[in-house]
Amino acid sequence: MLEIKNLHVKLEEEDKQILKGVDLTVEAGKVHAIMGPNGSGKSTLSYVLSGRDGYEVTDGTATLNGEDILDMEPEERAAAGVFLAFQYPVEIPGVGNMTFMRTAVNAQRKARGQDELSAADFLKVVRERAKELKIDADMLKRPVNVGFSGGEKKRNEILQMAMLEPKMCILDETDSGLDVDAMKLVADGVNALRAPDRGFLVITHYQRLLDHIVPDVVHIMSNGRIVKTGGPELALEVEKNGYADLVEEVA
Amino acid sequence: MALPKVKEDTTEARLSSLSLPEGGGWARAAREDAVQRLRISGLPHRRDEYWKYTDPKTLTQAEPQPAALFETGEASLFDRHDRLKIVFVDGVFDPDQSDDLSLEGLEIERLAEAAAKDIHWVRDHYGVLESRGQTPVARPLATLNTAFAEDGVVIRVTGKVSKPLSLIYVHNSETSDAMLHHVVKVEEGAEVTVLENGPAAARFNTVMEVDVARTGAFHHVRAQGRDHERRAATHIFAHLSEESTFKSFTLSVNGQLTRNEVVVEFSGDDAVAHVAGAAVGDGDFHHDDTVFITHDAERCESRQVFKKVLRNGAVGVFQGKILVKEGAQKTDGYQISQSLLLDEDSQFLAKPELEIYADDVACSHGSTSGAIDETALFYLRSRGVPEQDAKDLLVLAFLAEAIEEIENRDVAEDLVERLEGWLSRRRG
Ligand SMILES: Nc1ncnc2c1ncn2[C@@H]1O[C@H](COP(=O)(O)OP(=O)(O)O)[C@@H](O)[C@H]1O
Ligand SMILES: [Mg+2]
Repeated sequence: MLEIKNLHVKLEEEDKQILKGVDLTVEAGKVHAIMGPNGSGKSTLSYVLSGRDGYEVTDGTATLNGEDILDMEPEERAAAGVFLAFQYPVEIPGVGNMTFMRTAVNAQRKARGQDELSAADFLKVVRERAKELKIDADMLKRPVNVGFSGGEKKRNEILQMAMLEPKMCILDETDSGLDVDAMKLVADGVNALRAPDRGFLVITHYQRLLDHIVPDVVHIMSNGRIVKTGGPELALEVEKNGYADLVEEVA
Repeated sequence: MALPKVKEDTTEARLSSLSLPEGGGWARAAREDAVQRLRISGLPHRRDEYWKYTDPKTLTQAEPQPAALFETGEASLFDRHDRLKIVFVDGVFDPDQSDDLSLEGLEIERLAEAAAKDIHWVRDHYGVLESRGQTPVARPLATLNTAFAEDGVVIRVTGKVSKPLSLIYVHNSETSDAMLHHVVKVEEGAEVTVLENGPAAARFNTVMEVDVARTGAFHHVRAQGRDHERRAATHIFAHLSEESTFKSFTLSVNGQLTRNEVVVEFSGDDAVAHVAGAAVGDGDFHHDDTVFITHDAERCESRQVFKKVLRNGAVGVFQGKILVKEGAQKTDGYQISQSLLLDEDSQFLAKPELEIYADDVACSHGSTSGAIDETALFYLRSRGVPEQDAKDLLVLAFLAEAIEEIENRDVAEDLVERLEGWLSRRRG
């Protein structure tokens, strides 16, 4: 599904190499986790995959189902099935959350040659999915993420993911700032979306999210590289011993 | 004090290009008085402090610059509303396109007719608020209007009017030079909504004098036409009595030069005035909002919310002043003017001012100028919204705070719908 090969990325503005040859393949139906110390390049990887400005790919490739995504505009990647749940969801004053989601859903449908959803159909679906995530009507009406608590913002990301039904879901520290109950909600939301034709890349600093979203594969990222890959037990090792040992092993 | 030579020349040249309209006793007197006042103040000049950011030359010169007609192919803006239509074509009343001038709760008449009568209620109002509004800052284009406007509507509102009055300004001649003068008197407890839309003329000068009595309410929503080359100078003078309400909103899209002045005077306690505007300019566009609010009563609330979206060298100006006179305690004055600059060629010039002589007041003002929020833009695009749609969404979001000032939600929706259409069509 998602295939990243030898990906090198530097900042556009300064001569700073951040990703130094990332190799990673997420198969359809699988959940891969990336763990790693702060500053190792996890968010950068998620931004580069979703097409944020400010980064320059100096070497390597990234393809989704064989299609090169690095040359696409962010909206084209979205239509192709890439979704990023942001580490810091963005507030957009003046744009209603519901309008935002409907615009996004219909833009993607249009890009794929499907008919737009009617307001009524959309409303029905969004209400259902919102309920599962304990997102109330007020949160749907308010401007996107404005005045939302940290946990509400993260749940709103998952709601968008549920509405957009992407092929490749990238979650960047969706667990940060969540209490146990909220984390459970988010994890349930993610698990409900697990499907044979959908891949997940779950970025997290801590192991606890992976108790709820059980990964098939765990990667450790350090200093712009995947330094170790293993099964769920790798996450437990991090939990017990921290990153220092793992990172040193390869250094 | 003699006028500077350049001002005197401009004023005399303009005066000699015009002749006083037909009309009897009271109207003649008011117009002649205005001519005299104009000879003293002179027409504005770029060197006047009040015109520092906007060159009035094309507004004051004897002949108007021609303006090409712009075919929008759109239905008339407020079409879906039940309204009383009053149509002017290049500043000339058109009885065929207008409805009968009669509506429960108000007396309405053309200025030309009222001016022909010896006695009329409007004689005590015509030019009176305009004249009061000349201090502390002169507004000579309004004085010019009082002297030479041949027509307009004079409205006395005596009850709660069931549907809006809709003034429609059709632009049909590339060289039209139109002046209209309206007077609205809202009696105690009465309430009316006045809509204005259309490009009007190659050059348009309007004055609206609005006197709102105790507990009366005046609502005003205006959309200035989209003809690219039109020029306009507008003035609204409002005089507010106790517990009255005045709300005015203007949407401006296109137009080579627009100067909208709103002058509000609170003379009764506990009154409310909201003045708002949204302007969208692309290229050869100069838009100036100049607002002057005088608090001369207690516990009044004034609010100014102005938003401008500018690109391709468009220029936006905001001059807003809140003057709180001695004794105007518990005044609540708020003013915000913001611009969204879509490129580096465009500019926004703002002069917010507070002048306060009372000690127990809450007044605040702010002015900002910024580019589109790149993070928000990426967030939208990452959800699949194409770049231009995402930008339009952010532009509308930016304007929303001003549009929210419109109390009639249906009318606000009309404007938002039109804006969406205009934004998506001017792409390329
Ligand atoms: N836009 C940027 N400007 C400057 N430094 C950046 C930028 N983006 C990332 N970095 C740097 O790149 C490194 C990796 O950051 P990031 O991808 O956010 O790591 P992680 O998500 O693993 O904590 C850090 O040293 C960070 O400071
Ligand atoms: Mg990060």
